[in-house]
Amino acid sequence: MTELSKLKIAEARDKLRAKEITSAELTEACLAEVEGSATLNAFVHNTPEIAREQAKFADERIAMGMSPDLCGIPLGIKDLFCTKGVASQAASGILEGFKPEYESTVTTQLFRDGAVMLGKLNMDEFAMGSSNETSVYGDAVNPWQDGGRKLTPGGSSGGSAAAVAADLCLGATGTDTGGSIRQPAAFTGITGIKPTYGRVSRWGVVAFASSLDQAGPMTKDVRDAAIMLTSMSGHDPKDSTSADIPVPNFEAALTGDIKGKKIGIPREYRMDGMPDEIEKLWSQGQEMMRDAGAEIVDISLPHTKYALPAYYVIAPAEASSNLARYDGVRFGHRASLAEGDGITEMYEKTRAEGFGPEVQRRVMVGTYVLSAGFYDAYYNRARRVRALIKRDFDEVFATGVDAILTPATPSAAFGLGEMKDADPIQMYLNDVFTVTVNLAGLPGISIPTGFDSKGLPLGLQLIGRPWEEGDLLNCAYSLERAAQFVGKPEKWW
Amino acid sequence: MLDLTYDAPAPKVIAGATGDWELVIGLEVHAQVSSRAKLFSGASTLFGAEPNSNVAFVDAGMPGMLPVINEECVAQAVRTGLGLKAEINLVSAFDRKNYFYPDLPQGYQISQLYHPIVGEGEVLVELGNGTARVVRIERIHLEQDAGKSIHDMDPTMSFVDLNRTGVALMEIVSRPDIRGPEEAAAYVGKLRQIMKYLGTCDGNMQNGNLRADVNVSVCRPGDYEKYQETQDFSHLGTRCEIKNMNSMRFIQAAIEVEARRQIAIIEDGGAVVQETRLYDADKNETRSMRSKEEAHDYRYFPCPDLLPLEIEQAWVDDIAANLGTLPDDLKGRFISDYGLSDYDASVLTAEQENAVYFEGVVAKSGDGKLAANWVINELFGRLKKDETEITDCPISPDQLGGVVALIKAGDISGKIAKDLFEIVYTEGGDPAEIVEARGMKQVTDTAAIEAEVDKVIAENPAQVEKAKENPKLAGWFVGQVMKATGGKANPAAVNQIIAKKLGG
Repeated sequence: MTELSKLKIAEARDKLRAKEITSAELTEACLAEVEGSATLNAFVHNTPEIAREQAKFADERIAMGMSPDLCGIPLGIKDLFCTKGVASQAASGILEGFKPEYESTVTTQLFRDGAVMLGKLNMDEFAMGSSNETSVYGDAVNPWQDGGRKLTPGGSSGGSAAAVAADLCLGATGTDTGGSIRQPAAFTGITGIKPTYGRVSRWGVVAFASSLDQAGPMTKDVRDAAIMLTSMSGHDPKDSTSADIPVPNFEAALTGDIKGKKIGIPREYRMDGMPDEIEKLWSQGQEMMRDAGAEIVDISLPHTKYALPAYYVIAPAEASSNLARYDGVRFGHRASLAEGDGITEMYEKTRAEGFGPEVQRRVMVGTYVLSAGFYDAYYNRARRVRALIKRDFDEVFATGVDAILTPATPSAAFGLGEMKDADPIQMYLNDVFTVTVNLAGLPGISIPTGFDSKGLPLGLQLIGRPWEEGDLLNCAYSLERAAQFVGKPEKWW
Repeated sequence: MLDLTYDAPAPKVIAGATGDWELVIGLEVHAQVSSRAKLFSGASTLFGAEPNSNVAFVDAGMPGMLPVINEECVAQAVRTGLGLKAEINLVSAFDRKNYFYPDLPQGYQISQLYHPIVGEGEVLVELGNGTARVVRIERIHLEQDAGKSIHDMDPTMSFVDLNRTGVALMEIVSRPDIRGPEEAAAYVGKLRQIMKYLGTCDGNMQNGNLRADVNVSVCRPGDYEKYQETQDFSHLGTRCEIKNMNSMRFIQAAIEVEARRQIAIIEDGGAVVQETRLYDADKNETRSMRSKEEAHDYRYFPCPDLLPLEIEQAWVDDIAANLGTLPDDLKGRFISDYGLSDYDASVLTAEQENAVYFEGVVAKSGDGKLAANWVINELFGRLKKDETEITDCPISPDQLGGVVALIKAGDISGKIAKDLFEIVYTEGGDPAEIVEARGMKQVTDTAAIEAEVDKVIAENPAQVEKAKENPKLAGWFVGQVMKATGGKANPAAVNQIIAKKLGG
């Protein structure tokens, strides 16, 4: 029974349709795995009642022969998504006890297509972090280990990555503002795609940095990512930044044929001090794609080095404003007040108690860069850099490049707590290969293609043209087939 | 169309201890957009609903909720811009103005700092006696209103009503072209009139649907002209902004008292500090709103939840084509078409309902001038006495037009017409039928009048002798004849016949 949770979405879909298994069985298998995975701390709010009800309904739909691809498929949902009547806290103390009266567009669409929700997944607080160590629920733990050394699953979608890698669920939702899907996917040996900005509705997703946030799937392989992304995508009139562009069936794009595709290798991504094994992984990826018939070309994205600083101005600026609503007035945590305390004390105490240190740091940075006298020097300059970064990509794509291949992360997963005393900038460097994609609003996918010397998974990133997720997924599919990544973490939890 | 030309009025001058001072005033008028739903949510804008009943999730700043622009509010801002002869910006954008307050659930107000939807325009503000001020409009932008904090319901708690949160406002920003308290009030009145004509704001100041922030500074005579030539603000004094005024009377009083405060400071050798102030009507004084330590830094930045607002020229053209008549145009037409005085035309166009009513009276009676007299003097006087609005008027334009038509035809005298008006006003009915049925018709038959005249002359020989010496006494005979005929004799005919008989 428990083996069922190891299924991929496409496999389970076919077995469900063939009536070899039921969603009820599949769901019970996953619920049992979730139950037994407390040490991973991936699931933070379990919803077995909802899961069983949805599974029952899915089985009825399947019996009637009316089953969309996700019908009966058990998923985990990142805590950043608002799910009606279910705790949705963005892993923050300030949203303690918050159960929204509404369902996010993404989960609404997944449920429309028959998906089963097992529960809510751990993450960095307000999606701010690269190690899932800023969560009010405590660290999520990577199912991959380095001997007995406990590793981070990455962040911010660390719970999603850990849950999928550990086969607690068949797939999970993630969100990606600077790499929060792709970096944890790489750290846990799974696939994660951040679609083009505007492809997936942000309505009902707790905002971190609105101009950068995009939701996407985290799955066991590229096909599953294509299936889930098809369901999650689409124009939403409730999100003004959502694009009214038709959504193709992304799975149908997976031919594996990339003959004649032009794959760009950006020279600026070859960083000083990049570990040899990352360099090697990247070269191997290029070779695999060349062998599959693609043309590998050297390209330049000259403003890359300014991306990280620009990102760490823009994202905190937006966050400082987006997080202003957490004031203790209407929902979530409110500090108990002393005699004589007024509204200012209520704000100060509530926010000091409710927000963790990393969130406070970013709110402070964001407030600073938007303040009178500094706005032009920081925020406006960062916006100009952002425009230049986007232009870099536009110019490369204009030369006929179909996709860009880069490492996903500068290293494999690091140990939990190891960065505790490091300069926060050391942690921000995790995003060095991924933030440009968010700044430019492009689709990016991370897929596992190899291991480091300690046997930990490593991933490569492919960056695609805007709205060409189908083509991007197909390139990733080809690379996935060539890489033959089959590793699974040994169960220890 | 009549070209209305006016002279600029003299600026208000305040005599100080060290000489004369002039006032320089600019206004930021906040007008609530007339629309059923809020600027970025589908929640109702209805005034007077149960507290916190007109609140969408986005209005309450719930996590993950997003704003979506209400097209009708955009159309209303465009209409207002066109009504103020202003430039319409086909691309505008929304910004966030960040500050903490419990009645601002998002922690920011969505506004348009950098790229407003409406650019430069102008308004003609008539001030009587053939004078008018042209006030330049700098911009109009769309923004969200805040909610209402209530601090006086409980000794230890404050309450918040979010019904108003997110309702669309137009902020209409003028240039510092206003030169006195009366001009400021007249300017607000003119904006109110134009927006009511356009249907873009109901102008209800009592409900706070129209309120103004007033910027006041003082300068020496001649300095303003230097500013005008150069547009260099250094020629003007330091300004203070008096916030949130919702009465014409308070606007005027506040400007006056603030100007005098500034003059006193300067004449004492001090300097005016640029700041935001509140007007206290009870004490008739302005006072500083916040100390420097609490000065807000609003950290404006483009709202990342909204794409730039792009509108089509064709859409603007369509709105322009269906804008309806503006008060200035209507006034000009009343003057040119009906020969009305500037004053009468102003009175009749002050409110659109008045103008519509008046045109109904003209349509029935065919006499604009007579209709204007009757509407302004008789009807408005009567309505005022009854404390009734024209919209609840018991006499229809058709009925009043009927009365005026009877006067114009010479069927009834002015005096009878007043009686007839009263009958129709209180009892209703068709004026012509009433005149017929009650025998109110004027006697124009000269033979019948002559008979009455002869009778009066025969009965009053002594008066006849006096009248022959002093023709002014002929009026006494006229009165007698009118009395004898129950007021129905045509006064012109009576006059003529008596003059002939007495003189002859």
